[in-house]
Amino acid sequence: MCNVCGCGQGEMRIEGEAPTEPAHVHPHEHPHDHTHGHLHRHADGTVHSHAHAGDHLHYGLGPAHAHAPGLSQARMVSIEQDILARNNAYAETNRRWLAERGVLALNLVSSPGAGKTTLLVQTIEQLRGRVPMAVIEGDQQTSLDAERIRATGVRAIQVNTGKGCHLDAHMVGHALERLDLPEDGLLLIENVGNLVCPAGFDLGEAHKVVILSVTEGEDKPLKYPDMFHAADLMLINKIDLLPYVDFDVERCIDYARRVNPQLQVLRVSARTGEGLAAWIDWIETGRARARAAREDTVNALKRRIAELEARLAAKG
Amino acid sequence: MHEMSLAEGILELVEQAAQAQGFSRVREINLEIGALAGVETEALAFCLESVLKGSLAEGARVNFAAVPGEGWCLNCGTTVPIAALYDPCPRCGGYQVQATGGTQMRVKDLLVE
Repeated sequence: MCNVCGCGQGEMRIEGEAPTEPAHVHPHEHPHDHTHGHLHRHADGTVHSHAHAGDHLHYGLGPAHAHAPGLSQARMVSIEQDILARNNAYAETNRRWLAERGVLALNLVSSPGAGKTTLLVQTIEQLRGRVPMAVIEGDQQTSLDAERIRATGVRAIQVNTGKGCHLDAHMVGHALERLDLPEDGLLLIENVGNLVCPAGFDLGEAHKVVILSVTEGEDKPLKYPDMFHAADLMLINKIDLLPYVDFDVERCIDYARRVNPQLQVLRVSARTGEGLAAWIDWIETGRARARAAREDTVNALKRRIAELEARLAAKG
Repeated sequence: MHEMSLAEGILELVEQAAQAQGFSRVREINLEIGALAGVETEALAFCLESVLKGSLAEGARVNFAAVPGEGWCLNCGTTVPIAALYDPCPRCGGYQVQATGGTQMRVKDLLVE
């Protein structure tokens, strides 16, 4: 059980902490009849599933908002809240915490094997000595990635999500408490390798950066649109392999910008270092913005203090 | 995506509301799910069935109100309907469309007693 907020996170584990007791046990029985839709294959080869109205809603078959006259104790209660409200509140707390310190936080997302960790290690090599950095590593299991990062001399915390398919803002908040990030630093968050779920979970980062390697299909932005929509920057990685694979970079960029017209794109090879200078520039621009925002806040606070002191002096 | 987390988020909102507004049974949960929210309603219904078991909302009827997708077409300078994030503008056929509506997933209201 977490001392800060009383949470228990099932199999979620932050390195250095004892595993938590499972907080939610949901026995799963199916004592009644229902179907959960079924798969169809169409003549064109596409497969998808249908919900059959009435079949899969296990909760009764009446029309929506059937207010059942006669059962007058029933009443409608307005909620009007985002389902991710809890995550979003933690994300805002993280964002404020980071902004107060002028820290640029990047949330790196990709499918497994796109080269996130290699890119991280190379990025650290390029910035080491002039930028204070820390890394949060998300994986379902093992601390292998955090160990790879620590070998570079940079502070890294591994968060194991257990059965979870994504990092959430609450896990990241706990990792932040342990990282002791210096002002105006850089926080790199390597999310769980997954092109679907991390798209929906704001961690409080400044930007999501999606990494797509040329050994994957160029149509991934269309197949997994949510992630490319959520990202601000796409890094096309492993471009040193372009001569050996059928990957049309221009088509990939076109697909990605159909999903997200504002998406910025850089081509890199974490292995050879090609294109990394532009990526480092992009990071430095973001850091300058984060630093300027912090200084603005500090200056605004100083002005406010000066005003209050002046008023106090006038009264004294 | 991650429908289990969403189902747990829904139960949490319901439990918070029960504490704040003093009700002990939930008979109906009304959700608003945008066409561009990346949520499979069928998978969410499946997860909710497990998550709500043993809670004050066990057996509650869950209604999904679909909210159509909308985007701002930069070429046309107007709001247009879109069914998916990668859809072209139905007016000009261009892909300069930024999703602006139908991205939400919300608990709208509850029928309680």
